[in-house]
Amino acid sequence: MTAIPHQKLYVDFFHEKRGLASWLVTHDHKRIALLYFYAISGFFVVAFCLGLLMRLELIAPGETIMSAQVYNEVFTLHGVIMIFLFIIPAVPAIFGNFVLPMLIGAPDVAFPRLNLVSWYLYVIGGLLALSTLLYGDRPADTGWTFYAPYSVKTGTNVTVAVLAAFILGFSSILTGLNFIVTIHQMRAPGMTWMKMPLFPWALYATSWIQVLATPVVGITLLMIVAERTLGIGLFDPSIGGDPVLYQHLFWIYSHPAVYIMALPAMGIVSETIPVFVKKSIFGYKVIVYSSLAIAFIGYFVWGHHMYTSGMSGPARIIFSILTFLVAIPSAIKVFNWISTLYKGSIDIKPPLLYALAFIFLFTIGGLTGLVVGALATDIHVHDTYFVVGHFHYVMFGGTGFAFIGAIHFWYPKIWGRMYNLKWANIGFTVLFIGFNLVYFPMLVLGMMGMPRRYYDYLPEFTIPNLVSTVGSWVMAIGLIIVIVNLINGRKGPKASTNPWKSVTLDWTHTQSPPSLYNFEETPVVTRGPYDYRDYEEYIKNES
Amino acid sequence: MSGASNFAEGVDLAFYVIIGISVFFLVGITAVMIYFVFKYNKKRHPKADTSITGSVKLEIIWTVIPTILVLVMFYFGWAGFAPMRDVPEDAIPVKAIARMWSWTFEYENGKKSDKLIVPKDRPVKINLVSVDVIHNLYIPAFRVKEDVVPGRNNYMWFTANQYGSFDLMCAEYCGLRHSYMLTTVEVVNNEEWAEWMLTPEGESDLDRVAAGFNVIKTNGCVACHSSDGTKLVANSFKGIWGLDRKVVVDGKEQTIKIDAAYIRQSVYDPNSQVVLGYNSGIMPSYIGMISDTEVEQLIEYIKSLGGDAQ
Repeated sequence: MTAIPHQKLYVDFFHEKRGLASWLVTHDHKRIALLYFYAISGFFVVAFCLGLLMRLELIAPGETIMSAQVYNEVFTLHGVIMIFLFIIPAVPAIFGNFVLPMLIGAPDVAFPRLNLVSWYLYVIGGLLALSTLLYGDRPADTGWTFYAPYSVKTGTNVTVAVLAAFILGFSSILTGLNFIVTIHQMRAPGMTWMKMPLFPWALYATSWIQVLATPVVGITLLMIVAERTLGIGLFDPSIGGDPVLYQHLFWIYSHPAVYIMALPAMGIVSETIPVFVKKSIFGYKVIVYSSLAIAFIGYFVWGHHMYTSGMSGPARIIFSILTFLVAIPSAIKVFNWISTLYKGSIDIKPPLLYALAFIFLFTIGGLTGLVVGALATDIHVHDTYFVVGHFHYVMFGGTGFAFIGAIHFWYPKIWGRMYNLKWANIGFTVLFIGFNLVYFPMLVLGMMGMPRRYYDYLPEFTIPNLVSTVGSWVMAIGLIIVIVNLINGRKGPKASTNPWKSVTLDWTHTQSPPSLYNFEETPVVTRGPYDYRDYEEYIKNES
Repeated sequence: MSGASNFAEGVDLAFYVIIGISVFFLVGITAVMIYFVFKYNKKRHPKADTSITGSVKLEIIWTVIPTILVLVMFYFGWAGFAPMRDVPEDAIPVKAIARMWSWTFEYENGKKSDKLIVPKDRPVKINLVSVDVIHNLYIPAFRVKEDVVPGRNNYMWFTANQYGSFDLMCAEYCGLRHSYMLTTVEVVNNEEWAEWMLTPEGESDLDRVAAGFNVIKTNGCVACHSSDGTKLVANSFKGIWGLDRKVVVDGKEQTIKIDAAYIRQSVYDPNSQVVLGYNSGIMPSYIGMISDTEVEQLIEYIKSLGGDAQ
């Protein structure tokens, strides 16, 4: 990029202008990232509390705190918020926005106004989803998957909930588009594709999925609305439709969407580990190619959500073998991350703890994914608590932990302050223990045969449910410690510009917090992104 | 949980293979990770070896070996699954009718039941029919599960190889009482089964049971009376048929039997004979809201939930 106006130098992005209005019309990628951060975190806390209520209801058989109808509405809202309002946008919209331009040496994203529009679409979609609580007969009770024909028949507020998801889809598409153009056009001089850090690479692969797959679910959700309002007979067999068609269209998006959720988190892990190991990531190119391979193969495996839908035998077999193929690039990433530790100089700081926890939890998520990817075993555990345990290991244990790790990693960059490291470690430990107490019993329940989305259950499922509910309290305490510690960190000691001694541009060439256009002058890249040879000298010379 | 059908062995073998390999990798990865974190800790190892950036040889090894292993896992998954799609010609056909939120099983000769009654060691093919939304017929002990999709002719089959009673559940979310859409499979010997099949039933009790359930649902009875033994505001309907209960009549205790007459009176004049331990004055009279025929249906429904008078 060309020269940056001089009067903007040394003014941190927080204080460039003050007041709520200056935030609501900002074009700055960092401020937009923070707008996302507060909105997304708010929705996360709401959905987390809904999850706690679900666990409390399931502490023992029979009714505990809510009726079956309320429970069905609660798990639907929990899923809708967690998927569409938290886990899909969390990493790309917050950390993609905040650090992507800095990691590639750019002053902002390619389309700053479009970036702000995406945030407004997100907020409108989110509020619309929550508004279903306030009017109409009841909030939607279909589950986040909106399966037809139940979603066509139920009297609840499905139409609005579906429209909300549609609008959120556009937010996701526009963010993806913005990142693709940014990465193609705005890399700093000297940053060839193979000198680009891995988080931008992960976002690049993710963005293509967002742009290409999200329209499919947009169309599908509109078809649900058309079916409910006009009765045109697409999915409801009583008027000539096919419910399995809905499932195909839904999963053609929603399986690749799993990689929208997972790939950026993997990018964070790849970005974090070298910084705390002080050596290059192992197998840089292989990690790049594995991200692209996951994004590509991920399009062809949606049928594994439908092994029991009545698909033909050969279709099930083909989807199963493709599913196993998509496991390989993920495994390769894990091996490369572990090998990066070899002969490093490992400094166990909170961001690294989260990255290592990601590897452990994501590996459990991935390996249990093999159980549901294989035909015979999936027939037994499909639509049971095993699946609930599996995807929480992937989504929460994987992406959720990477997300919290990313907050700890870029915290001094974003706010220029440092949180209390000891309490960060304590919070992490409690959260990690609580997490496993909640979700491991679910794997057991699924093997025992307890179906998911059950308000009540047979007595033989009591003990694992009890353990899981108690675990949810431990997890909540862990999360509270983490959040309180992060909030207190705002008043913590001033952080140095590069406290972790990283060699990527976001740390070496910007202040903490960064100035409005990030860089004093456009950086010129001469080294690989994780070149830690003589890094102390390099950092001193550059900053 | 041990398996009780012809598929259990193949499915369980796939479980052992996949979980075995998975545990091996999980333990291996975790152990190596922890070992490295200790061995190459900053204190013990202040200077990282920055010359290591990758290894083509290792990348090939850890691409090829997992590829082989996932293909092995795929094979066992496929091998356990393939027979599930291969229905023997002599399988006994049974139609499973799913509705929100109950099951009906209809046999070749038109006989119907709410539990699935099958003979041991004979293949049974279940034709899956839904009258409303998608359900899913799941018998954990048999390791079988298939969606019941309205408008599609899905099917499943199995050969039960153990006597006993096994849970049968709906595994596809279908609305309010999804988690109560439960029944059992009763595996009996062949002669017993043949005899049961030939016993005429007169009019189907089942339709009246379903109608009775509809009565309690549409009249809001379920808000206070559960059907699963849970004590809500009032007595559960489950297992009460024919029991002796102490009731309070005009302030005095007396013992009555829960029979048709008592149920009729409880619908129309609920506060005249309240079971000891429950409050009087909460339930309104249903005169003019629940008809005589509907009371008959309600009685059939309560009977279907068990008790000791039958």
